[in-house]
Amino acid sequence: MAQTRDAAIVGIHEYPSRVVGSGVSALQIKAASAAKALEDAGLSWSDVDAVYDTGSHQNIGGLGISEYLGIKPKIIDSTSVGGTSYEFHANHAAAMIAAGKCNVALLTYGSTAHSDRRAIGTGGYASSGPNNPHNNMEAPWGMTLISNYGMVKARHMHQYGTTNEQFAAISIATRKHAMRNPEAVKAMTELEFVGIRELTVEDVVDSRMVAWPLRLLECCMISDGGGAVVIASKEVARNTAKKPVWIIGTGEATKYRENGGDITVSAGGQSGPRAFADAGVSPSEIDSLMVYDSFSITVMCLIEDLGFCAKGEGGDYVTQGHLVFDDPAGPALNTDGGGLSSNHPGERGIFLLLEATRQLRGESTSQIADAKLGLAVGNGGQLGSRHATGVTILAAD
Amino acid sequence: MTTEKPLRPQPQFPEPDTEPFWEATKDHELKYQTCDKCGEVIFYPRAHCNACGSLDTTWNVSKGEGEVYTFSVIMQSRHPAFKDIGPYALAYVDLDEGFRIMTNVVGVDNPIDDIECGMRVKLTWEDQGEGNIAIPVFEPA
Ligand SMILES: [Zn+2]
Repeated sequence: MAQTRDAAIVGIHEYPSRVVGSGVSALQIKAASAAKALEDAGLSWSDVDAVYDTGSHQNIGGLGISEYLGIKPKIIDSTSVGGTSYEFHANHAAAMIAAGKCNVALLTYGSTAHSDRRAIGTGGYASSGPNNPHNNMEAPWGMTLISNYGMVKARHMHQYGTTNEQFAAISIATRKHAMRNPEAVKAMTELEFVGIRELTVEDVVDSRMVAWPLRLLECCMISDGGGAVVIASKEVARNTAKKPVWIIGTGEATKYRENGGDITVSAGGQSGPRAFADAGVSPSEIDSLMVYDSFSITVMCLIEDLGFCAKGEGGDYVTQGHLVFDDPAGPALNTDGGGLSSNHPGERGIFLLLEATRQLRGESTSQIADAKLGLAVGNGGQLGSRHATGVTILAAD
Repeated sequence: MTTEKPLRPQPQFPEPDTEPFWEATKDHELKYQTCDKCGEVIFYPRAHCNACGSLDTTWNVSKGEGEVYTFSVIMQSRHPAFKDIGPYALAYVDLDEGFRIMTNVVGVDNPIDDIECGMRVKLTWEDQGEGNIAIPVFEPA
């Protein structure tokens, strides 16, 4: 398939605060981020003709957010597939723009997960959830979100011999990048991290066990935050304030807990090849790799499933000269510090697009020399059961 | 019957897809479905076959023997039924009849050291009180 350049990311904003307190709402974070991203693009409120929103915050979806913002869009898309919703949104926006249905798409995200003190990881199910087969077949055994991912890591270690020391390389690389990003350092400070410094293997493998075999320093933070992305047609992108970052390849897939299925293979095994075929590029050409680092195991599985190395060889791959921004082997992983060390208000997918865009504009705090191709891969739902994996491949102008 | 111990999260009804499964647990029967049209083993329970869409399915009773596919040991949970029991193992168990269930592995001293992927296990029950559903869990075979 020939690569096309019909739609580009032209405006971005990452909401700077990770602890907003009770005086700021998720909707307010969305609106403030939208204004900044449009300003970044040199576009105005009235230019927006397509709105993308998960509807997972304050119970207001695409219709409600359009009214709240004051936009009358031609396209509304409320696809909600957890943390990777924003890759799905970017992909859908690119397709609708290419089809001529809209010109300027706005994606926003806002969450006050930290301030709400939502126990995303360890809370488990409430006994009063809605009546559905999922709750009825998972809640009685005390599953927590982290243990769901812990089961994937345990199987990966059993099946391929991957070690805790190898998994630690993921936490070490993202923390190294976080220490170079003032917003990430501020986030870790506000969230009262113990030991805000570069990590050693020992730091990670000796940190507190949360859900065996996952330890604290393999688990993402829970912050407040949000952001916005503006995606525009090539006609609009010609006149925006900054160089456009082109969406050249898109892929989406889902996977479920299946009888006899291999839990170590994510939906990325389907959506990755789709996106690479769409873009007409291969994994070895990618300079910056933004992977949803909810947990170390998420990164391990996605790197393998997208073909950066063979399945089961991720342990060797992450310890043999990759991931760090100034390592010539490339690609660099999560150069903003990732969800492990910079920003994770519950649905991190939008930040993958933001940092991939910064790299291709030359604006990252851990800038890769001469970055031309970036990839954002999100994971939504839960890796050990039903989940979605969206892939967006981006190219510099 | 122990009423002092806080109850685990209970399945909620009405929920017609999984209700027959939970009704059978009152008699300590672990039930699963097969598709009359394509033969697929269906689990979690639902009224249709997820492989072919057929509405004709048959309920079967499992022998309750299988192996641990994978597991995780939860060190902390805020739910009242779990927060004081110490580390406990969440697992996927592959039953010999070909279905995978989320469950717990119990009956070991130290879940991190005493459970392994591939370990043979057998069904046991955590009763939830007289006349109530029972929760299927597994112990070393
Ligand atoms: Zn069937």
